[in-house]
Amino acid sequence: MTTGSVPGAGARPRRGTGLALGAAGAIALAASLAVAITIGPADIRVADVWSVVAARLGLGSSELTPIRDGIVWQLRLPRTLLAAVCGAGLAVCGAVMQSLLRNPLADPFVLGVSSGASTGAVLVVVLGAGGGAISVSAGAFLGALLSFALVLLLSHTLGGTTDRVVLAGVAAMQLFSALTSFVVMTSADAETTRGVLFWLLGSLGGAGWTDVWLCLAALAVALAVCLPYARTLDAFAFGQDAAAALGVSVARTRLVLLCVTALLTAALVSSAGAIGFVGLVLPHAARALTGPGHARLLPVTALAGAVFLVWVDTLARTVLEPQEVPVGVVTSLIGVPAFVAVLYRTRRAR
Amino acid sequence: MSGTGARLGAGLRADRVSRRADGHLILDGVTLAPETGSTVGVLGPNGSGKSTLLRLLAGLLAPACGVVTLDGAPLGDLPRRTVARRLAVVEQQSDTQVELTVEDVVRLGRVPHRRAWTPASADDERAVRAALERTGLEGRSGRLWHTLSGGERQRVQIARALAQEPRELLLDEPTNHLDVHHQLDLLTLVTGLPVTTVVALHDLNLAAMYCDRVVVLCAGRVVAGGTPGDVLTAELIAEVYRVRAAVSREGPEGRPHVRFLGTLV
Repeated sequence: MTTGSVPGAGARPRRGTGLALGAAGAIALAASLAVAITIGPADIRVADVWSVVAARLGLGSSELTPIRDGIVWQLRLPRTLLAAVCGAGLAVCGAVMQSLLRNPLADPFVLGVSSGASTGAVLVVVLGAGGGAISVSAGAFLGALLSFALVLLLSHTLGGTTDRVVLAGVAAMQLFSALTSFVVMTSADAETTRGVLFWLLGSLGGAGWTDVWLCLAALAVALAVCLPYARTLDAFAFGQDAAAALGVSVARTRLVLLCVTALLTAALVSSAGAIGFVGLVLPHAARALTGPGHARLLPVTALAGAVFLVWVDTLARTVLEPQEVPVGVVTSLIGVPAFVAVLYRTRRAR
Repeated sequence: MSGTGARLGAGLRADRVSRRADGHLILDGVTLAPETGSTVGVLGPNGSGKSTLLRLLAGLLAPACGVVTLDGAPLGDLPRRTVARRLAVVEQQSDTQVELTVEDVVRLGRVPHRRAWTPASADDERAVRAALERTGLEGRSGRLWHTLSGGERQRVQIARALAQEPRELLLDEPTNHLDVHHQLDLLTLVTGLPVTTVVALHDLNLAAMYCDRVVVLCAGRVVAGGTPGDVLTAELIAEVYRVRAAVSREGPEGRPHVRFLGTLV
């Protein structure tokens, strides 16, 4: 660590604690995954759950029945992993968007991606758009991209500044929400409405290995793109002109980061629905731990988001057993008080 | 003030630059060639093009006609990072939502010097220390930005600019939101720096006190340029600002002092 001791009160701890935080986060994530897969309605002993995973990974063997083996390997594990990936991805998107758009309220859905995804999904489910050739996920993904393209086009037409991006996003969000409601209200029967609603609120219930690999790949790509931009994002603290004066290619940075976060969000939303609040709250919470430097903030945010959503999903599927609460409902119920607490803390700091 | 004393092409230079917005000219053929190490004041009423000129000089805007050059190379042809290592900008007022300490802000000045992933080098540390020292902020490096006064914030931004280790420093009305003490304090600091400085100013007396040369813009054109003593006359002030003024030589070192008497219709 080359930084000397910083004189003056209120100096923030620096990189040493960043590594410690990262290590703590990684351990917490591993532990959370290990524990979360042992929790569920099927009565399987903890040791048996782990032995299934070990056996599947080629370490030893398990004597469980195929059904119980399937519960662990085909239901619980992919679901828990998808929760971790979604949590990490949404939180990272939120952190990037908040810094890039200089708006503490920005989250992955500000680009209209989730509402576009919802419309796409609803069109497939309710109206049978695509004639069965495209799945609900594919419909959601296409809707998300379409909506994002609209936001980019709108914000460009409106002047291309960052606040215009936020406004264009809000406009797209309203438009696509209205379209979704219109389609559901006019064309769906009660049963379909219920299914669609569950998806709109976010659910990890249908998670399979395909979803996990798809979202994990999207997350890996997004992290590989965003992490090298960490210091560039730091430079946005005083606005885009200040960033440009510090040598940042503002237009290119904005386009690259907006596209990569939109793609990641689209992938996550098409697998798990619109899980709100993770992208809004977790970056604020992580920032309170790491300080503003993105080189530390982004990895810690990802880990915090992963751990958070693993536990929220565990709660969502167990609290009203055998009924399941949509995970998006739980994230908001927990997220709002957490958000208020974070805001209260920063209010005192000012 | 075309090329007075400056070697042709050396340093930062605007050559007959124009800029249009919404169909009319904001800047019309402005040439500016600050002498190395000097402080040049850009004066003029609101809307005369001061900020636009500074943004062109900083490379934040591209001129519609004419060219801004850095050591002879057009600014638009240079990578932004290269420009940011040479040239630092301090805005009129800056604010952030992010919870930054004074040192965090000053460290931003090293962004153009660092590559992704590499930790801060000895050079980075030295530049940050030197900038904090130069601006008298050593003891306050851990203070949070949000707790600073307007004067302190501008001082921190200047420290950040110095951490860029520029040879040219551009300031857009840096004293606008400051009280008199902090105005004088800030300009004393800035004019004592070993860099070429271009500063847009509203206050004619501050310009007279601190600038080696001044250029006066009116409706996007340079209407006068030279030493404050030559330029700041009652006639010019009447013409450009439509204000009656009495100009004496009561400023420090016999520099002009402007006393305003009333508006002209």
